Amino acid sequence: MMPDLGRYAGPVLAAYGFSLVMLIALVWASARRARRVARELALVEQGRDG
Amino acid sequence: MSIWEYANPRKFLATTEPFLPWVFGAAGLCLGVGLIWGFFFTPDDYRQGSTVKIIYLHVPAAMMAINAWIMMLVASLIWLIRRHHVSALAARAAAPVGIVMTLIALFTGAVWGQPMWGTWWAWDPRLTSFLILFLFYLGYVALWEAIADPDTAADLTSVLCMVGSVFAVLSRYAVNFWNQGLHQGASLSLDREENVSDVYWQPLVICMTGFGLLFLALVLQRTGTEIRLRRAQALRARTERAQA
Repeated sequence: MMPDLGRYAGPVLAAYGFSLVMLIALVWASARRARRVARELALVEQGRDG
Repeated sequence: MSIWEYANPRKFLATTEPFLPWVFGAAGLCLGVGLIWGFFFTPDDYRQGSTVKIIYLHVPAAMMAINAWIMMLVASLIWLIRRHHVSALAARAAAPVGIVMTLIALFTGAVWGQPMWGTWWAWDPRLTSFLILFLFYLGYVALWEAIADPDTAADLTSVLCMVGSVFAVLSRYAVNFWNQGLHQGASLSLDREENVSDVYWQPLVICMTGFGLLFLALVLQRTGTEIRLRRAQALRARTERAQA
């Protein structure tokens, strides 16, 4: 299944590994912050209304 | 109906949020198909060997790094001219995404360059302008964080964005301006002689679409987060004033 990357396996896998980690971290961090801020706003609105 | 209606934060959230899962899903699908196709099912290049597979990450990331800055420029101009807060927040929301795209482009370029050029880095016009663009991204985010008043921060970061646009344009066209350096011209071209070979072209276009959709999804999501954060800060300040 794994293609034969020959003598360039190191650079190719490093490029894919780094990029995927960066993209996943970005999506995860954005989603986490979105949830945290939504919760924070709900609390502020609740305090204001109640 | 006018496009400026979407500058209303509530309207922006109500319009964009239902689409977010679909845009994220389409981005994931395109990236999955494009990267798997490119990595597993395309042949090695006769000169570059398997390093040609880095093209599916390097080219879309570099494209989005530049396009993100152009999007920030347009949003900044809208802020400066029409004072729509959503546009300033959209520019702010795009910057971290642009930073990640620039980092991916720089890293994948370095690991591709080492076996092909014999060096990780060269002070080539395109590489240098790209590095400066990365520094502008960092400066842009730092400036937003450094200024307490959001409108002043939006004004100053908009000016910084306009200055940095010179390097965003240079990153793309430096190879054409200065016919020197190690970096080759555009990978995608209408000129068949210059365009990347057909066998690499299709997965590359899918990956580019995937990166574009991911950028769109992240910017919409992060703009929504900035809008909510701004509202929470405003409500808190109002409550504090009422209690004082």
